[in-house]
Amino acid sequence: MCRAAEAQHSSPMEASAGGGCGAGPPLLLSDGEQQCYSELFARCAGTVSGGPGSGPPEAARVAPGTTTTAAAGPVADLFRASQLPSETLHQITELCGAKRAGYFGPTQFYVALKLIAAAQSGLPVRTESIKCELPLPRFVMSKSDGERRIGNPAELLGTKVQIPYLTTEKNSFKRMDDEDKQQETQSPTMSPLASPPSSPPHYQRVSLSHGYSKLRSSTEQMHPAPYEARQPLGQSEGPSSGGPGSKPLRRQASLIRSFSVERELQDNSSNYLDEPWRITEEQREYYVNQFRSLQPDPSSFISGSVAKNFFTKSKLSIPELSYIWELSDADCDGALTLPEFCAAFHLIVARKNGYPLPEGLPPTLQPEYLQAAFPKPKWECALFDSYSESMSANQQPRDLNRMEKTSVKDMADFPAPTQDVTGDDKQALKSTGNEALSKDVSEDPVKLCSFPSDLPLFCYRSYSSTSIEEAMKRGEDPPTPPPRPQKTHSRAASLDLNKVFQPSVPAVNSGLLPPPPALPPRPYPSQSEPVSEGDLHPQLNRAPSQAAESSPAKKDAPHAQPPSKPIRRKFRPENQSTENQEPSTGGTASAATVKPHPTVHKQSSKQKKAIQTAIRKNKEANAVLARLNSELQQQLKEVHQERIALENQLEQLRPVTVL
Amino acid sequence: MAVCIAVIAKENYPLYIRSTPSENELKFHYMVHTSLDVVDEKISAMGKALVDQRELYLGLLYPTEDYKVYGYVTNSKVKFVMVVDSSNTALRDNEIRSMFRKLHNSYTDVMCNPFYNPGDRIQSRAFDNMVTSMMIQVC
Repeated sequence: MCRAAEAQHSSPMEASAGGGCGAGPPLLLSDGEQQCYSELFARCAGTVSGGPGSGPPEAARVAPGTTTTAAAGPVADLFRASQLPSETLHQITELCGAKRAGYFGPTQFYVALKLIAAAQSGLPVRTESIKCELPLPRFVMSKSDGERRIGNPAELLGTKVQIPYLTTEKNSFKRMDDEDKQQETQSPTMSPLASPPSSPPHYQRVSLSHGYSKLRSSTEQMHPAPYEARQPLGQSEGPSSGGPGSKPLRRQASLIRSFSVERELQDNSSNYLDEPWRITEEQREYYVNQFRSLQPDPSSFISGSVAKNFFTKSKLSIPELSYIWELSDADCDGALTLPEFCAAFHLIVARKNGYPLPEGLPPTLQPEYLQAAFPKPKWECALFDSYSESMSANQQPRDLNRMEKTSVKDMADFPAPTQDVTGDDKQALKSTGNEALSKDVSEDPVKLCSFPSDLPLFCYRSYSSTSIEEAMKRGEDPPTPPPRPQKTHSRAASLDLNKVFQPSVPAVNSGLLPPPPALPPRPYPSQSEPVSEGDLHPQLNRAPSQAAESSPAKKDAPHAQPPSKPIRRKFRPENQSTENQEPSTGGTASAATVKPHPTVHKQSSKQKKAIQTAIRKNKEANAVLARLNSELQQQLKEVHQERIALENQLEQLRPVTVL
Repeated sequence: MAVCIAVIAKENYPLYIRSTPSENELKFHYMVHTSLDVVDEKISAMGKALVDQRELYLGLLYPTEDYKVYGYVTNSKVKFVMVVDSSNTALRDNEIRSMFRKLHNSYTDVMCNPFYNPGDRIQSRAFDNMVTSMMIQVC
């Protein structure tokens, strides 16, 4: 049986593969093949108790052991080194019977090697294909077989000598990195079935071993696909410099994993070949921050329009941005999830730094990879000082923005959709966020494109004051207090407007406002007054309203309103004088009425008065405009009527002229 | 398989037109242009009430001695026109349908890109690649 055959390691044998493989055909191995295969087998079987994952990264374990099975780990590594696609490797393992037998006996192993050779020569993976004479299978960075054609025994020996030099090769890895990187950036994503370009022998010889070895020594698993670039097509490899001998050692030295293709694909993180496309930790944090600025919930999407506006700020051309979007939106749904967003951002950054855009999305930027690599965005990252500082700075404006947003929503008349980027307020909000963030950009160790904040902060200011007035005029329920506006507020720098107005709004409602504009309907006093009163009307009304709102005794208002003009006029200076006294008391009075805001009356009454005068002025202006509007509308009606009359006349006259 | 593929907007101007460079491209442009009339005819023939039920695939629009022209309309009145070589062993209807479906999917992906303004020429590389794959299959 195959067991018997195992005993003959070094002797030419005809592995009756049928025994071990069940349906396998008899293997005819040439001498060269024999040697290679036995070498390989020896190497694979070198590790004791080759269970998956059990082999620690040990050095020199080359001694061909007497174990009769090859460890799955090194075998898997070897197979992967053959650079065949994983499906093919699966097929091969099945065919050679290892799966059935559960182990890689020599027969299975040899059949597998032969199948690998067949596959590498382009033949389909069938048992029939191994019947013919085949070149030796090629294994990148594997041992002697590595880049050889028909057996070259001399090399076999030569490679063994290389083993001791293994450790010194580590130093050359870094050198190789650049080469690898260059190679890879030129062909970043290669499908396993793509025919690999034939690389120059020198590169192949030097970098293959080193690059692969280095990768092998990493703790992460190798992905065979990227190395297809180096797979020689019919290159005669001469003395592969140092590499091959070290490879089996490396192979065994690396972490041994079970031969599972799925894991292979998932652990595809050792891509220092894709350096430009790798997202570093800091970059990742920055992208996540930006994502949050656009969309607070990190697990949901950024819509296309939002993302478009955001990325347009990077000042890349639209076709390029369009292409970046195509690359990064993997599911083509018109929205970006967090990993997609990070990928897009990273591509933009790379492009700005001069890297040409790849043909396809690099593996390090795939959403699955990003999600696996960075499962949770660390909002509370304290990794980098700049970020921790920036974050605290960001949070303040962001909190303000959020509060602002909620308060804005409460104001019914204020059309402030949170997604309305074009709106003044939104841009102001965003600019505050972006401003803070864009400051980070300049400090950011990664030279990123700066997304300038377009609008200055004063937009914010004007917005808040207008909103409050409108709210008052509408006479709605007191809106939820907008957050303290930025220090640059023109009207009341340190005053929390809403706290002041909350008591006054209801008072205003009950007080007096001119009816025509959208003002709260006044009770008895105002309704009795005709519209045409004009300017005085609002002023006078306001004056008593001031009195009304300031003094708890609101009965004053009704008394003040009904008197006719002259009386009101008289009353007005009185009121004005009283008003002067009132603000001082008004603060206290309002404070009395507004218990939850005890701090209000601490605010200077001057400010309150200033606000009230401002309000008054605005009301006046409003009333004036409203009157003007009504007058103009009257005129418009008249003009309409004239026009209708003229048209009628024309109609009547027309039949006469036509004829 | 296809010799020429064109995407025509609702207003009957081309969003994307590509033909195998071997022949005089102008001839294909002309063919596509004339096929638009046939497309319109077929759409109107279905009747307004059947807009929802109208099938997207229009089938063979008209054959010439060298070529056959197939049409496909989306619900937003974007038309795909495909010119196929007659000498090509008769492609089955299903194959043409599947090609149109692929076209439609790629077109949808292009539309999903927020940087694409509807009505612009299609410059998406992914779309190009897909069309190339469809055209190269002949060889």
